[in-house]
Amino acid sequence: MAGQTISQKILARNSGQSTVRAGEIVQARIDLAMSHDNALLVSKRFKEIGAPRVWDPERIVVPFDHRSPAPTIEVADGHRQVRLFLKDQGVRNFYDVGFGICHQVLPEQGHVKPGMLIVGTDSHTTTYGAFGAFATGIGATEMAGVWATGRLWFRVPETIRMTLTGRLKPRVVTKDLILHIIGSRGLEGCDYQTVEFGGDLIPTLSADSRMTVANLSMEMGAKNAFLPVDAAARAWLERHADGPFEPVVPDEDASYSQALEYNVNDLEPQLACPHSVDNVHPVHEVAGKKVDQVFIGTCTNGRLEDLEQAADILRGETIHREVRALIVPASRQVFLEALQAGVVQTLTEAGCTVESPGCGPCLGAHQGVLGPKEVAVSTTNRNFRGRMGHVESEVYLGSPATAAASALYGVITDPREA
Amino acid sequence: MGRAFRYGDNVNTDVLYPGRHLANPTPEYQKAHALEDLDGTFVQRVQAGDVVVAGRNFGCGSSREQAVTCLKYNGVNAVIAASFARIYFRNCINNGVAPLVSPEGSAAIQDGDDVAVDLASGRITNRTRGESYPFEPFPAFLLEILNAGGLIPHLRAQAAQTVTV
Repeated sequence: MAGQTISQKILARNSGQSTVRAGEIVQARIDLAMSHDNALLVSKRFKEIGAPRVWDPERIVVPFDHRSPAPTIEVADGHRQVRLFLKDQGVRNFYDVGFGICHQVLPEQGHVKPGMLIVGTDSHTTTYGAFGAFATGIGATEMAGVWATGRLWFRVPETIRMTLTGRLKPRVVTKDLILHIIGSRGLEGCDYQTVEFGGDLIPTLSADSRMTVANLSMEMGAKNAFLPVDAAARAWLERHADGPFEPVVPDEDASYSQALEYNVNDLEPQLACPHSVDNVHPVHEVAGKKVDQVFIGTCTNGRLEDLEQAADILRGETIHREVRALIVPASRQVFLEALQAGVVQTLTEAGCTVESPGCGPCLGAHQGVLGPKEVAVSTTNRNFRGRMGHVESEVYLGSPATAAASALYGVITDPREA
Repeated sequence: MGRAFRYGDNVNTDVLYPGRHLANPTPEYQKAHALEDLDGTFVQRVQAGDVVVAGRNFGCGSSREQAVTCLKYNGVNAVIAASFARIYFRNCINNGVAPLVSPEGSAAIQDGDDVAVDLASGRITNRTRGESYPFEPFPAFLLEILNAGGLIPHLRAQAAQTVTV
């Protein structure tokens, strides 16, 4: 029998088998179950099942982030109902308004460890693969089933190996790289499959940068993604993870559906243009287009390193008078670190508006949605029609540096020219 | 069974059910805003038993299952596509909407065609064109969930069985 990939090993272990085949369906034990504001829908479905108690309150984590703080009375009431439900069920791992985005809070608060099987009612749950966890998104009804039984079915995925080599140029970051990969693969380029990333670029990347890669892998359809748990990842985990951990590594003779290599030496800043995440072009091809709003934040690019890159461009400058620049730190911890590093002051002095940690306007819910025909450069993860507000608005997805440079000049700008 | 509403490739969850309508929506509210940014006339035209037909990677994007239930509340019980995004496929099963993977059906069925789906025989019949197309069979356990009307009724039935045994 051929060797096993990381996904095979984790799904085999959690379904009580020694090995599993790609394509096989397994019933697996869930190590961690994350829901955000949509815990309201999950809790309603859970009550419909009729199970009296959740299977394991210690394995359920709920941060509020999508509409947080509540923008309407209706949302406030929903939050209230979730708080009551979680308290009644003894779920202690609840992160109320202001802690930050689920995908930042979970690793930061120590819930994510290599080798875990994690499901979340959010498509960008793939983010935890930056730390070697098998992590994937599911729907609210399915999560209600997980809360009741602690188990879920999985089709064991094939795995694509992506080798990343070379060194990124100044002001080119992993956002540019992963957008470039999505552009070349297409929205369904990795559907149903795992992506195992490797190569000599990885050791040079911060935890923040790695999370961006795992996060956006979802946008090419990946079920989940893994980055290797190398020395840098171990060091990060030792500072954050709740207890010891044992990374799962693929067998040397593991079988892969495809092996691809991307060399980043000549990579330029990239933008995903309206209205699809795979409509990717170098920034210079669309430079000069007038911008109404810039948004720097989210589970994709709202971490300290991202805010520092924006501050590096805006230090001592003032943003263009016809641009609104919104900054939303991914978590309270990120906000605090950005305060201590002077980044919040730099961005505020430049004319940016710093908002409370959470998802911000990413999904068009609150805190800066777009009006008709408005154009945004955003560090977020989706630019489908109407995503961030009006159906006739346009969203260009890029790096924090590209967003900051565009805020400075009021038009789409290559950050290397800022 | 019903008329086909035909759309293209990579139809995403933001146009199926926009984020601005996601805060605790009732079934009636979801019904009224289904496919709002994809086809503004859908909710006026759709009738119970109609089917949605699309190309590749239907339902890509968010895990929001309102992108499925907004169809269900309009009486759409089947979606035919060349392929589905994985979370959307699972959300369909769990909410009792049949996600039928049929490259043949996806290619041949035109907007407005009169289409019938038979889950048991595994065929899609196009009465307008006098054709029929296969779809990928479901594993038995998924068919059980679909036939129960979704995951919740399925789990309730299982719990009831456990109690009576």
